[in-house]
Amino acid sequence: MEHNGYITETEIQGRPDGPLAGRTVAVKDNLSTEGVRTTCGSAMLEAYVPPYDATVVERLKQAGATITGKTNMDEFGMGTTTETSAFGAVENPAAPGRVPGGSSGGSAAVVAAGDADLALGTDTGGSVRCPAAFCGVVGIKPTYGLVSRYGLVAYANSLEQVGPIAPTVTEAAELLEVIAGPDSHDATTHDATDHGTDYEFAAAADGDVDGLTVGVPTELLDGAHEGVREQFRAAIESLESQGVTTQAVSLPSVEHAVEAYYVIAMGEASSNLARYDGVRYGVSGGYDGDWNDSFARSREAGFGEEVKRRVLLGTYALSAGYQDKYYRKAQDARAWVQQDFDAAFESVDVLASPTMPVPPFERGESLDDPLQMYLADANTTPVNLANLPAISVPVGETDGLPVGLQFVGPAFGEKTIIRAGSALS
Amino acid sequence: MTEVRDTPDERGDDPDGDEGVDTGTVAHVAGLARVDLAGDEPERFAAQFEEILGYFETLDEVPEIERDPELTNVMRPDEVTESLDREAALRNASETEDGQFKGPRVS
Repeated sequence: MEHNGYITETEIQGRPDGPLAGRTVAVKDNLSTEGVRTTCGSAMLEAYVPPYDATVVERLKQAGATITGKTNMDEFGMGTTTETSAFGAVENPAAPGRVPGGSSGGSAAVVAAGDADLALGTDTGGSVRCPAAFCGVVGIKPTYGLVSRYGLVAYANSLEQVGPIAPTVTEAAELLEVIAGPDSHDATTHDATDHGTDYEFAAAADGDVDGLTVGVPTELLDGAHEGVREQFRAAIESLESQGVTTQAVSLPSVEHAVEAYYVIAMGEASSNLARYDGVRYGVSGGYDGDWNDSFARSREAGFGEEVKRRVLLGTYALSAGYQDKYYRKAQDARAWVQQDFDAAFESVDVLASPTMPVPPFERGESLDDPLQMYLADANTTPVNLANLPAISVPVGETDGLPVGLQFVGPAFGEKTIIRAGSALS
Repeated sequence: MTEVRDTPDERGDDPDGDEGVDTGTVAHVAGLARVDLAGDEPERFAAQFEEILGYFETLDEVPEIERDPELTNVMRPDEVTESLDREAALRNASETEDGQFKGPRVS
């Protein structure tokens, strides 16, 4: 609360029994909650009250959870620091004066501060893993299609997944069990049992990594901050002492992941955010003029600067004459990243890297330099481009600032990354 | 929303990107995106877009990739099911009339 982690505090009581009975869960404010306003951290949706629940919210209620509120976030998920929210920046409970990471910064902060037992975030290019790493907690980005996106307010549909944030790997896995599984309202969902696995995620957190092979992509380690690399190396040594074999691998494509991610995400955002016209919902100033004038003025008033920047850049990259140059090349890069990961998983079980190449930024540091903020997503965006699962687990501190380690698994390899993560706690 | 008010030759057709980004380009794109800009945003965005788009140009180094997406048929029979009632669907609109959304005049 003192960290500004919630936009709206409330209490939604789930069923009296179920796997989450007696536990509190905070929900990111881009997940629709029937009767409770859902702002996406934007002035545009300050007064928007969804008429239905997101599938993941419905599943929390069925599982007996108590929902404590809607957590603060970068506006529409667009940020790496949770400073672009129209409801003010979130502070990092684990590192005073530093950002909590983003865009699910509120969810990670309330878990780190003990204000909620668990939380849901969403991860489009690292938005669960980055705040988990910066706040010293655990976050999972599931395989694309494992968790329903129905009722998640869209930013970049082809990249995003809802994921759990928790103090421990076991608790994150328990929350994933509740939200995972196919949904007739989201045609992109898959049943994990059709992919050679099951939903026993918590049981996989047994710490038994003897015989596991872990690949370390040199491209995701070389550029990282020295203090982050030290903590990463110590964690790898701990894994080796538990029977893990490690090997260096090369993923040349990931050098282009950040730019491919931003072109695709901004392109999808420019289309998705066209729905905020001030007519069906959103800010309406009762402006004079025709539809186009009124629409443009409503969006000037309702959108913050980072959202405008992304909508404009996405519009530019998709406009006549530029599509081949930006969007098609970005799709090539995405396919290349997918091929690189597929090839790596022929020789290793999981990949490991620092979740973030840097410790948490100082507050305000990146606001005037958007490119610097985008580049911090170097290690997380490849995973979204490749539709793969990943977990961030805390692995100590550098100068008092939390460091996270990320394990990436093959598609529907959640149990393997959960097992690997549990060996570090 | 497919109408394009500005003709392509007015501004911004520079697929090679070597003419840079000026406030005119930003204003053109803002028009296409139907987003008015405030204060010094056109100047600031022009400088930032120049830097960001310059970075995006490293995509030129990406080889052409043979893409073979796994496509699954997700079509299903069209069955009538329960959905939101009209009142609920209209509840967040600032203006409605006769059970419909009311927007500004089209032109």
